[in-house]
Amino acid sequence: MKLELRGITKTFGTFTANDHIDVVVEPGQIHCLLGENGAGKSTLMNVLYGLYEPTAGEILVDGKSVSFRGPGDAMAAGIGMVHQHFMLVPVFTVAENVALGAETTKAGGFLDLEATKARIREISERYGFNVDPDALVEDLPVGVQQRVEIIKALVREAKVLILDEPTAVLTPQETDELLDIMRQLKASGTSILFISHKLREVKAVSDTITVIRRGKVVGSADPSASTTELAALMVGRPVNLSLGKAPAQPGDTTFRIRGLTVLASNGQRVVDGLDLEIAEGEILAVAGVQGNGQTELTEAILGLHEHVSGSITLDGKELVGRSVKEVLRAGVGFVPEDRTEDGLVGSFSVAENLILDLYDQGPYARGLAMSPEKVARNAESRIQEFDIRTPSGATPAGALSGGNQQKVVMARELSRPLRLFVASQPTRGVDVGSIEFLHRRIVEERDKGVPVLIVSTELDEVVELADRIAVLYKGRVVGVVPQDTPRDVLGLMMAGVPAEEAATEQTTAEHTAAAATQSTDEGDAGEQPGSVQA
Amino acid sequence: MNSQAVSKPESTDVLKKIFTGSALVSVLSVFLALVVGGLLIAATDKDVASTAGYFFARPTDFLSAFWSAATNSYVALFQGAVFAPGVSGPLGPFGPFMETLTIATPLITSGLGVALAFRAGLFNIGAQGQIIVSGTLAAYLGFAWHLPIVLHLLLVVVAGILGGAAWGGLVGYLKARTGAHEVILTIMFNYVALFALRWLLTTPAFLRPGESNPITPRLDDSALYPLIAGGQYRLHLGFIVAIGATVLVWWLLNRSTLGFEFRAIGANPKAALTAGVNVSRATILVMAIAGGLAGLSGVAQVAGTEKVLTDGVAASYGFDAITVALLGRSTPWGTFFAGLLFGAFRAGAVQMQIQTGTPIDIVLVVQSLIVLFIAAPPLVKAVFGMNRKKKAAASTVAGGAA
Repeated sequence: MKLELRGITKTFGTFTANDHIDVVVEPGQIHCLLGENGAGKSTLMNVLYGLYEPTAGEILVDGKSVSFRGPGDAMAAGIGMVHQHFMLVPVFTVAENVALGAETTKAGGFLDLEATKARIREISERYGFNVDPDALVEDLPVGVQQRVEIIKALVREAKVLILDEPTAVLTPQETDELLDIMRQLKASGTSILFISHKLREVKAVSDTITVIRRGKVVGSADPSASTTELAALMVGRPVNLSLGKAPAQPGDTTFRIRGLTVLASNGQRVVDGLDLEIAEGEILAVAGVQGNGQTELTEAILGLHEHVSGSITLDGKELVGRSVKEVLRAGVGFVPEDRTEDGLVGSFSVAENLILDLYDQGPYARGLAMSPEKVARNAESRIQEFDIRTPSGATPAGALSGGNQQKVVMARELSRPLRLFVASQPTRGVDVGSIEFLHRRIVEERDKGVPVLIVSTELDEVVELADRIAVLYKGRVVGVVPQDTPRDVLGLMMAGVPAEEAATEQTTAEHTAAAATQSTDEGDAGEQPGSVQA
Repeated sequence: MNSQAVSKPESTDVLKKIFTGSALVSVLSVFLALVVGGLLIAATDKDVASTAGYFFARPTDFLSAFWSAATNSYVALFQGAVFAPGVSGPLGPFGPFMETLTIATPLITSGLGVALAFRAGLFNIGAQGQIIVSGTLAAYLGFAWHLPIVLHLLLVVVAGILGGAAWGGLVGYLKARTGAHEVILTIMFNYVALFALRWLLTTPAFLRPGESNPITPRLDDSALYPLIAGGQYRLHLGFIVAIGATVLVWWLLNRSTLGFEFRAIGANPKAALTAGVNVSRATILVMAIAGGLAGLSGVAQVAGTEKVLTDGVAASYGFDAITVALLGRSTPWGTFFAGLLFGAFRAGAVQMQIQTGTPIDIVLVVQSLIVLFIAAPPLVKAVFGMNRKKKAAASTVAGGAA
């Protein structure tokens, strides 16, 4: 099926989200829409899926103009969509979720789940999805939930599949698996419209790339274009993808973790006898697949966990057993993993969010009374310093783009003198332009002589920022290795193989498959034009 | 996890939207409720019914009867609540307004209690119990103790505030320590308070000497709020206290570190926790302050309006307070004016029944309709043809708030 968007324009009041966008998805192609957060990709997809009515322009399916009144029409026309946030009922089984809205029935209107299950098994086998139709969705890992969404679309005979930022919630392995699935779907004739801002994935899987910036198509590119070219096109100015930071000048070791154990509420040891130390002026990056204890490690440092044993010392002072406020007062800056959940109050203004953990201290408060002027003045200077793109300090933080929200969190945490800086997933869901900026700020903090702990599931980021890398697996440190350790070795370690073993295994055997996290075309952030893709 | 967003309970989000929606929706809801109430009044009117019999012969009779039935009732309501022109007598034309202010006083303070708790994400429906406990304490000190003039009143007020605060704070404590839900707790606490009071009103300590009627002796004059609009009106100092409470709550919410904490735990408790807010402490505090505000209503009742304690001390003020906070969008001044409006309804309803025979219950219908319309903003917007397209553009804004 050939899908064509012609001159699509969508305005909200005076704001133009899409401005005469033309996109043609040829049959059996993976067509990528590349653009930063807020470029208008999602709006375009909602127009295509019948959720918004376009202000102008038309959608053509196989050359015929169609108009969609809602997702039902779009589905009937053969368009399937996998949303960034999954639309699944957690307490339903896979089969029930797939059947929902397109139920097969037996005579008398009885639900025929067996037919749906058979379809799921068939699709699952054909593409190697490995999905059990009887599993409850809430028990499934995120990557598998996403496959359920894809199955939902395929059961409804989708010929064009829209994937909206599908890798945002996936681990590196799951991402690679998804890319494989996309290739298989393409081979079986399904067209895919792939929306992303992650250059590596886009290059790895696309046939054609259309770049969108501020609601307009600014160009199309070949997947062989270099990442720097693509990034420049996307951001609208040259972007320096490699940080080029100076070597660390480690000072005294002021932050030590000894035998840290964190128990989850079900009694499981999510962090298990962990030892780490970080010197002043050094960045230690913790690598690992999501769910190996990283979240609990950072939360334990901040004092958010109850069942913590072992010792965490900063400047010789014990942090375990202290309240969050005491830990913050000891000079710990903390950027949580999920900024909208833990880092910001969306309905509060940017200015209020910029003092979210300083609200009861001078100069913002004296006794019980707060000073709105001081808060506003602080906001002004932080907004400028961190280049936060917001109409004003009074704008609700929830209205900002992901990158700017993260800048708010980062600006707040870096706005006081620190003795330790902890940042979890510092650039998740953040656009390329902001990533560069945030990374530089982290390195600046290191150069001020602060010990920095970075936790990231993005290996690119780990390698980019780290002076040393600690790999976490099942709550234990597999090994602490230098920054220049080959990615394949890191990948093996992330699967639990000890450092020396991983290194020898890497050199002796062709075991690249095990290091499923990274394909080799990345190199040093991909400066080679015309690099290969599968 | 983002993917789990679907599994989040939506009920609290819906409540939050209803309690903090736009002021315009509030105003339109009141208007719409009055229109529907007018239709109801007219539909049940005798003249309207009789003219409807010959509607096709002379429709104008029907229409004018319809119109006058509705308008007469509302005019009477207005005259009974705000201003009665040409009335001589001891009360004068402003008598109704003084009565409105008097009735509004407990509505405002307990409404503030509900609103404040709601801003911290707590659905406090225990104002009723908090009023009862504070009223009981205040009344007892008022009639059983005999103290010098200013001191006595001060003691009564403080005791009332502390009584309400303890009753509310206990709910906060139980929630913070055990995770029990505040809605269940406050409902049960309402019953406990009410039945405890009924029992107290059978004990000699609370009854008039030699009597068994469930009514306490009159409070000492030294324990009463002074009248502030002259001896002919019931309006007492409690109203000024209510204004003061409104200012205080405004300051607390918008200018104090405590209010910052309350709003933060209300809007995003996880982020508040990560920012070092002691959520347990804030929960207990906000419930205690909310209880203290409701306690002011108890004081206003026993030391101002009623001057005695009966088991009807709270009337339905504690429940109406929820509606008042709702109509006031959980903002201090919104709650203040919503309290005035509801006070006016109550004051005017009596006059309306006397003058036009329209039953008082119609006011309850109007109040209920207001809640209904506020709870369904799309309905109100559809009725007034308000453009919803702009909302779509702003929906990303709301998304972050969850």
